[in-house]
Amino acid sequence: MSEHSADQPVTPLNVVGRSLERNDGLGHVTGRDIYTADRTFPGMLHLKLVRSPVHHARLRGIDLRESEKVPGYVAALTAGDVPHNLYTILGLIGVEPEEEWVLTPIGERVRFKGEGVAAIVAETEAAALEAVARARLDLEELPAVFDMDEALAPGAPVVTHWGNNTFMYEGHECRRVRFGDVEAGFASADHIIEGEYRASPIEHAPVETTGCIAVPDPNGRFTVYTNTQALYFSLDNTSIILQVPGNRLRFIGGMVGGGFGGKVDVIVEPLATLAAMKTGRPVRFVYSRAEEMQISSTRSPEIIRIKDGVMADGRIVARKVVGLMDCGAYSRQTPYAVTKFAANAAGPYNIANVWIDGYCVYTNRTPTSAMRGFGVTMGSFALEVQMDKIAERVGLDPWTIRLRNAYRNGDIKPHRKVVEDATLIETIQAAAKLVGVELAPELQAMTSAPRQAEPEGAVR
Amino acid sequence: MGSVVINLNLAGREVELLVKPLATLQSVLRNQLGLTSVKEGCRQGGCGSCTVLIDGEPMMSCLLPVQDVAGRTVTTMEGLNSPEGPTPIQQAFLDHHGYQCGYCTPGMEIVTTALLEHNPQPTRDQIVEALAGNVCRCTGYQPIVASIAAAAASAGEEVR
Repeated sequence: MSEHSADQPVTPLNVVGRSLERNDGLGHVTGRDIYTADRTFPGMLHLKLVRSPVHHARLRGIDLRESEKVPGYVAALTAGDVPHNLYTILGLIGVEPEEEWVLTPIGERVRFKGEGVAAIVAETEAAALEAVARARLDLEELPAVFDMDEALAPGAPVVTHWGNNTFMYEGHECRRVRFGDVEAGFASADHIIEGEYRASPIEHAPVETTGCIAVPDPNGRFTVYTNTQALYFSLDNTSIILQVPGNRLRFIGGMVGGGFGGKVDVIVEPLATLAAMKTGRPVRFVYSRAEEMQISSTRSPEIIRIKDGVMADGRIVARKVVGLMDCGAYSRQTPYAVTKFAANAAGPYNIANVWIDGYCVYTNRTPTSAMRGFGVTMGSFALEVQMDKIAERVGLDPWTIRLRNAYRNGDIKPHRKVVEDATLIETIQAAAKLVGVELAPELQAMTSAPRQAEPEGAVR
Repeated sequence: MGSVVINLNLAGREVELLVKPLATLQSVLRNQLGLTSVKEGCRQGGCGSCTVLIDGEPMMSCLLPVQDVAGRTVTTMEGLNSPEGPTPIQQAFLDHHGYQCGYCTPGMEIVTTALLEHNPQPTRDQIVEALAGNVCRCTGYQPIVASIAAAAASAGEEVR
C-alpha cells in the first residue's frame, strides 16, 4: 500500500519494490564499459607531479634542469603558469577565503607531505616519473602539527595564512548552535554523564584511482574525461583556476570505479587541462596507488566530547557537544562537514538545552574531505555510544532510553528546524520486533505524532 | 633493454608482439592490445582487478613480465564474452547484483571461471577462498559470493 499524497490517485509502482537490472549492468559484467584510464588518444602525454617530501616547509626553489634532460620530457608547469593559483573547492557556494595552491609558489609554504609544486608532462609515464625523480627542491623545513588539540593550543605551528588553525565561521572559530540554557539544564539534572569519542581518518581506497584525460579539440575547446563524482564542481573550479569561460570546457564523466566521496575534490582536472593548453596535446593525469593512498583526501579524524545532564528517569535535559574535525592542510569539503555535524550533534532526540561547538581544525596532515555521511556518521557513532552509556548509568535498557528521548513531529531541533518527518519511534519499534524484543506497553504505544495530539495521561 | 618479439595465444588467436621483455603483461594487454577489461588498480598484486587466465589459471597480469607468458594462452574477459549475450557467469552476476561500480568485476569473473572449471560445485568457503586476492571496495562481497554460487548451481542444472 502506498499513498503519494491525498489528492493523487494511487497508481501501481513500476520500479519501487521490484528488482531491476541496472542499465550499466551488461557493460560492467562484460568488462566493456570504458573507464577514464581505459581511454587513449594519439599523441597523449603523461603528467606527474613533483611533490613535497616533507609535511611543512617554505619552498625556496625548484630545480628542473636534470628533469629536462630526461628523454621524452616535454614541459613543466609551475605556480606562475597557473592563471588563478589559489582556490577553495567550496568557493562555488560562497566559502572563503581561497587557501589552497594548485602549485605552490616559490617563497610560499607547502603544508602537507605530497603537496604539488611542479607538474611535468612527458611522452611516456616512465619518462614523467623519471623527470619527477630528478627534480630538486630547496625546502626550509618548518615545525609541523598533526594533532588537533595541539593545533588549537597556544604556540602551535600555524598552518593557515590567517594566523590560527581554525576555519572561521562568520568571524567565529567554530560553528555554534545555542538552544535554551545548557548550564541551567546541567544544574537541574540528576546525573552528569560525559564521554569522549575519537575516530581515525579513513582512506576511501577506490579500486580505480583518481584521474582524468584532457584533450584539446580543434575548435579551441577542451574535452576532459574524468572519473570525478562532481562533474560540474570540477568544470566550474577548472574554469576559475584556468580563467577560461566554462563553455570552452566539456567534461565527460559518469563512469566511476568507486568513489565513496574520495573523488569530489577538484585536483587533477585543472592541471591536466592547463598542460593540454600549453602543449596542444592530450594529457593524462592518473594517480598511482601510492598517490591515492598518500595524497588523495581521507575522512577527517574527529574528536567528539559530550556532556549530558540526565534526569533519573532517563530524560536528557541538557547536552553540550564539542566536536573537532581535522581538515588537514586545506579545508576542501570539511567546513561544510562541520556545519552538518553542528546541525546533527544533538542527535534525533528532543533536548531542551543544547550547546554545540563544531571546529574545523587545520593540521599538516593530508587534506580531508567528503566520505559517506561525512560530518554526521562519526557524530552518530559518538552519540549512540553515549546513549548506551546513559542507559547503563540510569539503569534503563537501550531501547527505553532512546524512545523516552526520541524527537517527534512538531518538536524544534536546536538549530530551530521544526521536525516534520520523524520516524525514529516507529523505526525503533519495528527494529525491536525484528529482533524479538518485547517493548513495554507504554513504549509500544508511542508514536511520532505531535505531542499536543497525545491523549491526556500519556507518558511524555 | 631492447625489445623482443613474442607470441601469445590470445583466447584462440595467435598474436605476435614486439615488447620490452620486462613490460608487465597488464601494460601490454591494456596499452598495446586495447584489452581494457584488464583493469589497473594498484600495479602491485594487491587488488586482483587485472586478473587474467594463463593456460586457464588465474594470475595477476600486473605482476607478470610479458616474456614469462610467451607461447602461452592468455584469456581476458574480451575472450570470454559471447556475441549471443551474457555468459552464464555474467548472467549470474547480473541476476544477483554481483557488481556495484564494476571496476573489480572482470577480475572477479575471471577467478570464477577458473574456480568453476576446477570445482564445478564449490562450497561457500571455497568460493570465499578463491576470491582471496580480489578486492571490492564497494563492499559487495555477499552478492559476489551469491553470484558465484548461483553460477555453479545453474551450470549444475545444465549438466543434469
